Amino acid sequence: MMLWWVVDLTLCALMIALAAGSLFAATLRRRVIFFIAFGLLTAIVWARLQAPDLALAEAAIGAGLTGALLLAALPTAQPTEHKRDADRLIEWVSLLLAALLAVVLIAVLTTLLPVVDGDPSLAVTARLSDAGVSHPVTAVLLNFRAWDTLLELAVLLCATIGVLNLAPARKAPRHAGALADTLIRILLPLLILTAGYLLWNGAFAPGGAFQAGAVLAAATVVLHLGGGVRLPPFSLAQLRGLLALGLLLFLSVGLVQLAFGQALLQYPLAWAGSLILLIETGATLSIATMLSLVYLGGHPLRDWPVAGDSRDREI
Amino acid sequence: MEQAQLMFAATGALIFVFGLVAGLRDDSLLGRIIAINISGVGLFLLLVALAYRGLCQAADPIPHALVLTGIVVAVAASGLAIAIGRKLDELRNSSHRREGDSS
Amino acid sequence: MFSPGELITALLLLSAIVVFAAGTLALLRLPDPLCRLHALTKIDNLGFGLLAAGLALIQPTWIDGLKLLAIWTLILCSSTTNGYLIAHHCVWESRR
Repeated sequence: MMLWWVVDLTLCALMIALAAGSLFAATLRRRVIFFIAFGLLTAIVWARLQAPDLALAEAAIGAGLTGALLLAALPTAQPTEHKRDADRLIEWVSLLLAALLAVVLIAVLTTLLPVVDGDPSLAVTARLSDAGVSHPVTAVLLNFRAWDTLLELAVLLCATIGVLNLAPARKAPRHAGALADTLIRILLPLLILTAGYLLWNGAFAPGGAFQAGAVLAAATVVLHLGGGVRLPPFSLAQLRGLLALGLLLFLSVGLVQLAFGQALLQYPLAWAGSLILLIETGATLSIATMLSLVYLGGHPLRDWPVAGDSRDREI
Repeated sequence: MEQAQLMFAATGALIFVFGLVAGLRDDSLLGRIIAINISGVGLFLLLVALAYRGLCQAADPIPHALVLTGIVVAVAASGLAIAIGRKLDELRNSSHRREGDSS
Repeated sequence: MFSPGELITALLLLSAIVVFAAGTLALLRLPDPLCRLHALTKIDNLGFGLLAAGLALIQPTWIDGLKLLAIWTLILCSSTTNGYLIAHHCVWESRR
């Protein structure tokens, strides 16, 4: 017990120190690097708090993809804005309000505890036999609260469409040499295998569509950084299909249920497991495509349809 | 067990407030994006700490599902913000250049 | 008291800790990026290898041990690729 106390204290202190580093370090580059370290530490904290699903997602997305995204955004983010002379009064008032907010939040937290006595996830575990999958987090995501996940995919799609229409993709960095190509050719199949394993595992253990999609997106990042190995060319229709696949599968499964006189997204008991796997497979491909495009920062195609000349409209 | 829960939840609340204030006071767009991300992680930490039930018990899966969704939405939102920032820079640079040409 | 398997596991885990500690020290103290990269990849390859081997020995089923070794293979490949990409970038930047 004493040992865990020490571990927890170290983790919390490190979290606060790294957060402070990534908020207040001198240069933006340092702040981004602190942020990546913060993300990795967060993954460890999730593992400590019995949240292995989150640890997987945080390591791949929070630290990996967000870090790569921020690092890639660094050179373009020249200090265009000059530093304003901050108003002293406003500065003090904002600090005071923040301190007040922190005190109130922590005070409220102390009244909340203990949250529930005994087994808290009773509501979920009691119905787990109806879910079609035995891993509670996947059951919540794709069965009990499937609406949330459906709408989340729609949110992701909106964000990706926004990114796609703002600019063409960033140029690939310089080719990193023939050895990198060979290494990437070995690594890529392993990453795809890992993604498939995580997807399959989601039914009964930590894993699932989000983690698998993130690993596939990481494969895109490696391809982009290596600069030599390329995917076979996509057509516009294929790209659109991949983006919409997850949402369309999800919606059509839900609507078919509606046609059979059940509630939207209420799976028949015998089919629940296979339907969830089907939806998750589509969602994995869509999430991987979306996250890859968000990382690339725009559309990768040369024949991307542009409505009118943007230069004329901006005046 | 309860102590660990409170400790992590309080850390999460502190990080959330830190990130929020830094995000409001920061000058550069990228700095603001980092700050908002940190603030988000603070909030996630609060939720996951409340879901924690001790070493030998399974945690509450509903906050975990919410936070998982949140992590993915956060990276998409950051990507969109960075893309908008790039576009703004581009437009600003091109309008500067045009002013330079005409004068 | 302890079975020989458990003793070997303890030995492997202890040596993994030594490698992790030495690697972290090197990461903090070595002068230039390439040296630090060397320390980092040693932690990945040797430190994690010892850790995986030690944990694989005490898994209840052999398939879990095999999975740990498979994870080590993945880490070997990814850390090699990343190390090479970073080193290449460093060399290119110093030449510029």
